[in-house]
Amino acid sequence: MSIFTEPVGLSHFLVVGAVLFVCGVICMATKRNVLGVLMGIELVLNGANLNFVAFGSSVLRPPGTEGIGMDGQMIALFVIVLAAAEAAVALAIALSYYHAHATVDVDRGDELRG
Amino acid sequence: MDINSIIPLLLALAWLLPLGSFALIVLFGPRMGRAGRYSAYLATGAIVAACVLSFAALGFWLTEHFPHAAAHGGHGYETVQPISGEWYTLAEFGRLRLTIGYYIDALTLAMFCMVTLVGSCIHVYSFGYMREELSDVTDPLAPLANGQPLRRRGRYCRFFQYFSLFCFSMLGLVIAGNVAMVFVFWELVGICSYLLIGFYHERRSASNAGNKAFIVNRVGDFGMIIGMMAIWTGLGTFSFAEIFSQVRPIAAGYQLQTPEGLSYWLLVVAGLGIFCGCVGKSAQFPLHVWLPDAMEGPTPVSALIHAATMVAAGVYLVGRFFPIFTPEVLLVIASVGCITLFMAATIAITATDIKRVLAYSTVSQLGFMMLALGLGGWLAGMLHLFTHACFKSLLFLCSGSVIHACGTNEMPEMGGLRRKMPITAITMLIGCLAIAGAGIPTLIGLSGFHSKDYIMAQGLSFSTANPGFGSIFFYAALIGAGMTSFYMFRLWYMTFAGRPRDEHVHSHAHESPLSMTGPLMVLAVLAVVAAWNLPICKLGLEPLLEQARPVGTAEGVAGGMLLPNVTMPAEHLAHDPAAGIAVKAEWSAFAVALLGFLLATAFYGLRKLDPADARRTFSPLYKLFLHKWWFDELYALLLIRPVLWISALVEAIDKRVIDWLADNSARAVAAIARLDDWIDRIFVDNTVNLLAQWTYSTGLWLRRIQTGNIRQYVMWLGAGLVGLFVLMSLYWNYAMAGG
Repeated sequence: MSIFTEPVGLSHFLVVGAVLFVCGVICMATKRNVLGVLMGIELVLNGANLNFVAFGSSVLRPPGTEGIGMDGQMIALFVIVLAAAEAAVALAIALSYYHAHATVDVDRGDELRG
Repeated sequence: MDINSIIPLLLALAWLLPLGSFALIVLFGPRMGRAGRYSAYLATGAIVAACVLSFAALGFWLTEHFPHAAAHGGHGYETVQPISGEWYTLAEFGRLRLTIGYYIDALTLAMFCMVTLVGSCIHVYSFGYMREELSDVTDPLAPLANGQPLRRRGRYCRFFQYFSLFCFSMLGLVIAGNVAMVFVFWELVGICSYLLIGFYHERRSASNAGNKAFIVNRVGDFGMIIGMMAIWTGLGTFSFAEIFSQVRPIAAGYQLQTPEGLSYWLLVVAGLGIFCGCVGKSAQFPLHVWLPDAMEGPTPVSALIHAATMVAAGVYLVGRFFPIFTPEVLLVIASVGCITLFMAATIAITATDIKRVLAYSTVSQLGFMMLALGLGGWLAGMLHLFTHACFKSLLFLCSGSVIHACGTNEMPEMGGLRRKMPITAITMLIGCLAIAGAGIPTLIGLSGFHSKDYIMAQGLSFSTANPGFGSIFFYAALIGAGMTSFYMFRLWYMTFAGRPRDEHVHSHAHESPLSMTGPLMVLAVLAVVAAWNLPICKLGLEPLLEQARPVGTAEGVAGGMLLPNVTMPAEHLAHDPAAGIAVKAEWSAFAVALLGFLLATAFYGLRKLDPADARRTFSPLYKLFLHKWWFDELYALLLIRPVLWISALVEAIDKRVIDWLADNSARAVAAIARLDDWIDRIFVDNTVNLLAQWTYSTGLWLRRIQTGNIRQYVMWLGAGLVGLFVLMSLYWNYAMAGG
C-alpha cells in the first residue's frame, strides 16, 4: 500500500510538513534578499507547526490509542505568537541593515566574520 | 575602724599619690600652664598630701601604741608587732607567691614621714632652683660639634615627673611586705636616679655619671638576687613576716635559728647577698664610686638621692633584714662600713667641689650607719639614718643655693658669701654643726650629736666586749668623726668666711628667693631637733624606732659558727650608767669633733696655718686623697679596660668571622637565586609560552569558520540536520528511546 493510495492520515500531514520545512531551509540558504530569508524562516516555522497540529489532532489518531490532548494545538499557538514577535524583530533588523548597507543583500554584510 | 586597717589604707594613699601625679604629668605635663609650670604644683601637692597622710597614720599608730618605757631596768621599749598583709596577688607559681603587700611597723611609719617631709621641702625648693628650665636653656657645658653651646627646650615638667616617680618608688620600697616587692621598687629607685642624674644628658659627664650609677648598682643588685634566691631556697617565702618568724621562731625565744631546709651557710649567703645590694645602693666600699659622680644632676636631685631616698634605701634594708644576719655577716657589714667611713672622709678633706665634699661626706656618714648596724647598734644606725636625712638634705640644698648664686661649684672661687647670703650661711652653719655632732656632752645637742653618740657608744661597747681587734672600729669611727668636723667647717669657711677670692663671682652672688630659703629654714629646724624627745611625754624618734626593733635582737648576737668569739653586744649595755661607756664615748666624740673644728678654723678661718704647707708636708697622702685613693683608676685598670679589650675582641670576631659568614651566605643565596632565575626563565617560562602559542594558533585557525556569511551558516545548519538524520537512521533502535 502506497502513501498515495491509502486514506489521508497522519503520514500525509507529516510529509507536507517536511516538504514545507525543506522548502524553507532551501529558501534561507539560497535567497540573497533579506526578506526572502525571512520568508524561508516563516516556512520552516510553519512546517514544524503543521507537525505539532497533526500529532495533536484527535481525528488523525489511530483508534484505541491515548492522545496527547490539546498540547499540540497549544504549542502551535505559541509558535505562531513567537513567529509574529520574531518577524517584528527581524524586519527591524532588516530595516537597520538596509540603513547601514544601502542594500538588502545578506552577502554584503560580513562584519561578523571571525 | 581599727588601726590595723586604717594605717595601711592611709599609707597606701600616701604611696600612690606621687604615682598619680607622675601619670598626670606624663600625660598632660607640657599642657599644664606655660611650659608646664603647674606640674610643679601638682607634684608638690601630691607629696605634701602624702606627708599629711603619713603623719595622720603616725598619729593613729600613737593612739594605740604610745611608746612607754619597758618595765624592766628602764632601758628600751616594748617591741610592737608589725601590721602586715597583702593587697593583691600578682602571680602564683607553686609555692612561689608574688604579692603586693605591706609590712608596717614604727620604722615604716617613721620612714614615710621622713621621706615625704624631706621630699616636700626639696620639691618646694626646686620651684626656685629649676626656674630657668621654664624657658629655653642654653647649656654651655654641652657644646655642639660646631663649638656653639647647646640650646634646648626647658624640661621643667619632666623634672617634677621624675621626682614624683622617685618618691613613689621610695615609698613603695618602704611599705613593701616582701623581698620581691622590695626588689621591684629597689630597681625603680635605681632607674629614677639614672634619669635624674642624667637630667642634663647632653653633657657627656652627666650621661656618663648616670650610666655609672646604674651599672654600679647592677653589680650590687646581682648580689641581692643571689640573696633573694638563698632566702627562697631555704625558706620558701618572700614575705618579711614569714621569713622573720621562721628564722627567729617564738619557740626559741626569738633567737637566731637555722630552720629546716636552710643551712647556716645559706643563711650567711642570704645575708651577704642582701647586704651586697645595700652596698651598691648605699654607695659603700667598694661600690661607692658612683655617688660622687652623681653630683652631675641638679642639686635638688642630689639632696633627694643623698638624704631621703636612694642611699637611705640601702641602710633601711639592712635595718629591715637585721634579724637574719649572722655574726659573720654583721662583722662584714661593720668592716665595710668602717672602711667606707674612713676612706670617704679622707677624700672629702681634699675635694674642692662643694657638692663633691658633701657627696663624700654622705658616703662617710652611710659608712657610720653601716658600722653601727654591723656592730649590733640597730637603733644607732637607724637614728643616724633619720638625722642624716635631715641635715644632709639641708646641706645639699644650701650648697644648691650657693651654686645658684655663684654659678660655680668650685670652693676656691667662692669666699665671703655670708654677707651676701645670710640665710644660706646660717642654715648651712647649722647643718655643719649638726653633722659634726655639736652639743654639750651628757646633756643635749643637735640631731647629729645624739645619733653619732649612739654609734660611738656602740663602737666602744663592742671594743670592750671584744678586746683586741674590736677597738679598730671604735678608733676608725672616732677619726672619721674628727675628719667630718674638719671637712664640714673647711667647706663653710671656704664658702662663706674670709674675703671673696673671685670678685666676679662675688659681685653676682645674691640671696636665693623665698621658695629656696624657706625649705632651708624648715630643714634647719629639723636638723636641730630631729633627735630630741618631747619634754613631758618623752615622745621622739628614738622611742618610736625602739618599737620597731626586730624582736630578739635587743640582747645582742654572739657565737657565730665561723667566728665563735665575736660578740655583738646588746645596745642597752652601752647606756648602762654603771659601765660609763656612753659618757666616755660622748666625751671622746666631742673632743675629736672640737679638734676637727679647731684645725679647720686654724687653716681656713684664721689662716694661722697654710693649707699649702700641709699639702707639701703630706704630699703622698694628699695625692692619695686627691685622687680618691685611685679607685676610679683601679677600676679602669681592673675592670673597664679588660671589658673594653674583650669587647674589642668580640667586635673583631663579629666583624671578621660572623660578618664574613653572613656576607658569604648572602652571596651563596644570591648565586642560588640566579640559578633559580635561569631555570625559571628557560624551562618554566618556555613551557608556558609554548602552551599559549598553541592556544593562540588554534584560535587563529578556528576563526576561519566564522565567515559571517549567513547563507553559509544556513547551509551548515542544513547539512548538520541531514547528518543527524543520517546518523539516526543508521543507528536508531527502539532501545535508545527507552521503549
